[in-house]
Amino acid sequence: MLIFMVEAIITNKRSVRDPEGETIHKFLVLRRGYNSVKGIRTGKYLLFNVEASNPDDALSKVKEICEKLRIYNPVVHDIEVRLRA
Amino acid sequence: MHKVAIIKFPGTNCDEDVLWVTKYVVGLDANIVWYKDFSLNTWDAIIIPGGFSFGDWLRAGAIAARTRAIEELSKVLDYGIPVLGICNGFQVLVEAGLLPGALLPNESGKFICRWVRVKVERPRGPWLRLVNDGDVLDMPIAHAEGRYYVDEDTYNSLVVKSPLLRYVNGYNFNGSSYDIAGVATLDGLVLGLMPHPERASEDVMAPKGFKANGKVIFESLARSLKEGW
Repeated sequence: MLIFMVEAIITNKRSVRDPEGETIHKFLVLRRGYNSVKGIRTGKYLLFNVEASNPDDALSKVKEICEKLRIYNPVVHDIEVRLRA
Repeated sequence: MHKVAIIKFPGTNCDEDVLWVTKYVVGLDANIVWYKDFSLNTWDAIIIPGGFSFGDWLRAGAIAARTRAIEELSKVLDYGIPVLGICNGFQVLVEAGLLPGALLPNESGKFICRWVRVKVERPRGPWLRLVNDGDVLDMPIAHAEGRYYVDEDTYNSLVVKSPLLRYVNGYNFNGSSYDIAGVATLDGLVLGLMPHPERASEDVMAPKGFKANGKVIFESLARSLKEGW
């Protein structure tokens, strides 16, 4: 068995406003002239250390946890689960 | 005597206030019940009070919503037991999927504590029995994650047909969509709201210009348990 690091990144859906991201974008990034940045979204980051025999098993285990224990709220959030390089 | 359960999680802090009002202001029998000791069968009504269950980690109400106590609650719809979620209790109910929508961090990013006015639409069920359609109730809010969100389809198909509490114009301080302060199931059996009715149940609690209108929610329950709803 090996230990794999699996990341879960939770952000608001496109249809749900993210005032923190909007504020960072408007009052920090654009104000200092970085006009090529068209938007910023903030979110929550979780890092799972998972014991598994292969990376796919680790990934699917974390996906299952995120759905069953509602680590994210599907009403308002998108989630990305991926192996840490 | 009808018995009301007030469920307490680690971090719940409005349980004593709710107990005071249910017991000594409206005269019901009530007990604070530790979440691990909670079971559904012995209660006539259930209240999930405000606070910061499990420290609000992950999201307000998210961890409490996955406890056995709350998973049991999904049976209330079958048993017909009234359930009220106040503030963090409301957050728990939406996280558990017992009420539609979600509660997000306030638009300002700050904790907001002040009195508001909410208007009641389509009052039905045990918690709003003594309220008339269009009545305005004064109560205080105190929360960091009270921005109610619901998608347009759910709003049109469900929320506007159910009992609803809306912040009166000028009182939507958290940025809730459609000015929503509280939602219920179609029959009003399960009600969740961000304002604190237990902090507005005695005249001495209301600041100048506001009335202690939260009492009517507890009075409605007392009357409903005696006479039905």
